[in-house]
Amino acid sequence: MTIWFRPVIQASLQIFNMNNPSQSFVKFEKIDKSYDGEVLVVKNLNLDIAKGEFVTMLGPSGSGKTTTLMMLAGFETPTNGEIFLDTKPISKIPPYEREIGMVFQNYALFPHMTVEENLSFPLEVRKIPKPETKEKVQRALDMVELGNFGTRFPAQLSGGQQQRVALARALVFEPRLVLMDEPLGALDKNLREQMQYEIKHIHDRIGITVVYVTHDQSEALTMSNRIAVFNDGVVQQLSTPDILYEKPENSFVAKFIGENNTLNGVVRDVNGDTCTVELDNGFGKVKALKVNVNDKGDKTQLSIRPERVTIDSTNPESNNFEGKIQELIYLGDHIRARLNVCGNDEFIVKVPNEGSFSHKEGDLLNLSWNPDDVRALDI
Amino acid sequence: MPIGDMLFRSVDDSQINGVFPNTFNEYKKWDKEKDELPPEEVYKALFEELAYGEKIQIGRALTRMNYSKSGWKSLIKTTSREIKKAVKKDELPNNYKEFLITANEKWADPTFWYAMGQMVNDTTPIYYWNALDRTYDQDQNVVMQDEKRRIYIKTWIKTLKISVYVTIFCLILGFPVAHLLANLPLRYSNLLMIFVLLPFWTSLLVRTTAWIVMLQQNGVINGILVWLGILSDDGRLQLVYNETGTLIAMTQILLPFMILPLYSVMRVIPKSHMRAAQNLGAKPATAFWRVYLPQTIPGMSAGGLLVFVLAIGYFITPELVGGKDGKLIGHWIAYHLKTTLNWGLCAALGAILLGVMLIFYWLYNKIVGIDNIKLG
Repeated sequence: MTIWFRPVIQASLQIFNMNNPSQSFVKFEKIDKSYDGEVLVVKNLNLDIAKGEFVTMLGPSGSGKTTTLMMLAGFETPTNGEIFLDTKPISKIPPYEREIGMVFQNYALFPHMTVEENLSFPLEVRKIPKPETKEKVQRALDMVELGNFGTRFPAQLSGGQQQRVALARALVFEPRLVLMDEPLGALDKNLREQMQYEIKHIHDRIGITVVYVTHDQSEALTMSNRIAVFNDGVVQQLSTPDILYEKPENSFVAKFIGENNTLNGVVRDVNGDTCTVELDNGFGKVKALKVNVNDKGDKTQLSIRPERVTIDSTNPESNNFEGKIQELIYLGDHIRARLNVCGNDEFIVKVPNEGSFSHKEGDLLNLSWNPDDVRALDI
Repeated sequence: MPIGDMLFRSVDDSQINGVFPNTFNEYKKWDKEKDELPPEEVYKALFEELAYGEKIQIGRALTRMNYSKSGWKSLIKTTSREIKKAVKKDELPNNYKEFLITANEKWADPTFWYAMGQMVNDTTPIYYWNALDRTYDQDQNVVMQDEKRRIYIKTWIKTLKISVYVTIFCLILGFPVAHLLANLPLRYSNLLMIFVLLPFWTSLLVRTTAWIVMLQQNGVINGILVWLGILSDDGRLQLVYNETGTLIAMTQILLPFMILPLYSVMRVIPKSHMRAAQNLGAKPATAFWRVYLPQTIPGMSAGGLLVFVLAIGYFITPELVGGKDGKLIGHWIAYHLKTTLNWGLCAALGAILLGVMLIFYWLYNKIVGIDNIKLG
């Protein structure tokens, strides 16, 4: 769970690319995409990516993120709208003239060529002289620490090594931008985590703009400067990882990123940034931040992160509830408690392991939370 | 087993050795340098073996003797008659040599005796020489057949030529079809697959005769061409009963054998490869040439080998649409098997066919590598 803290550090890197559209390196402008002329898989997409940024498109499968990537690579054309790369529209430019590198989901290494031949392919088609090609290939291989593997065929490499070759091949011709389509999906968990850091470090070192697609939120949070959360063809929220986690703007983002406890209710009172929500089925009232509700009478879903719930202490003003312990899981540094709170059987609380927790399953716990940590979102 | 039997038959000469064992034994003692004609013992042994041998066996031996030199059959037949007469009258001659020469003066012709030299061993290469339009001259040297009797070499070359053409045409026609099959959406590719397989399920004979209907001078294709005004009515093309007909019909019939292996290979080439190549800066044509095509080599070679091997031994189709010019080596194998009953020659032709195939297989293995073959 330590990965949640990394994004906080990265947030400081964001200042230089706070969306100034005139400076954006990649710009999606009012993009619609439909395959059959009826269903839009991407709806009115507007997205700006600054030079050198690592932007991840995160979303469940079928949310339109891969389609968006393919439009950028040139394998799909937008139904409406225009994509600009370095201020120039690129819809009319064929993929082979876009100078965009891409790492494919299953690497798409050419099986009949050696690693070296795979890497020199993009240079050969650009008619770069042989000695220069050789040097660039070697440098790219060294970068991914595969300097001695040039003469092997892809089938003779492990999954992780193939992945690195694919990465090296996407970078060797010095593209303006690199796209990655779930590049780590085929690797096992350990290797995946290792590769996340490796890709991140390579990005930091050479400063290339990266657009990354994944459905794995921890991958997105680990690597990205900014994340665009996709659902149903629409960007739900585009933000830095810490803001996405701590300040989700709608219930989809709150549920999709990290762990989230929900309580449903109706807004009864609005007071500036805060509001009072009466929970369904008469479980009481909660003070919350007004985020995605408008007015009294709106139905809302409250979102509270598990680590923001405190136990055995009372809040002076409000937001004090009782929860019955359903299940306790010991996880070393903390204890994960599943409670029944206000009718929600899946309410998770993380109790730091300070040696003083002595409750058993079936016990009642006193819970409280700060109004600033409860977000009233759409339902 | 059948292959072993065929190879054995192609060199086997034991039948005739069973009929004339003593004659051949004595014959081997004949010193051709010293005496112009064989010694008396040879004549005596021949006389006895003709007199007391089994008639059927002798008859079969005669056919064999005629392969070595024509004239043997009548010579032995007339001689036999005389010998039978003499034996009936119980008048065994004192001098067998004189008796036989009186019965037929050809027994004094050394060329016949020289020809016998080809038969005295248990094995003989004569069928192979025959299969390559070669024969023995009177001094037992291997020479070409008479100009007008040469048929096999011509047929061999034609067989190879047509097989190569059929393979090339199948590749040219089959590649795009297989590509479509592998890349169209499922609904269309299934339909296309049925079109590819449909001819497979109809009888070969029906397909071949259908081609005759299509190609003959008053057939569908000529009809359409004349109707369109491309051909004049007397300028109708001769499309069938010649090499063209064989080529067209065989290409169509063998096409599925090219399409199916190609398809099975193309189907597993990920579509992302072409995309990756273009993404890396290759134009579609370059991407196809450098990335797609090399990956189809296993399919091309499997299909090519399959079509070539089938084409080289093809029989029914060239037999029916080939006419006089379009007949392949299979025709002669069948002809000798059923009509002349010259099984030795038959086996030799078959063995050469097998040898040619093995040579191609070896070449293929050298160039492409047999491990590269993929049928699915």
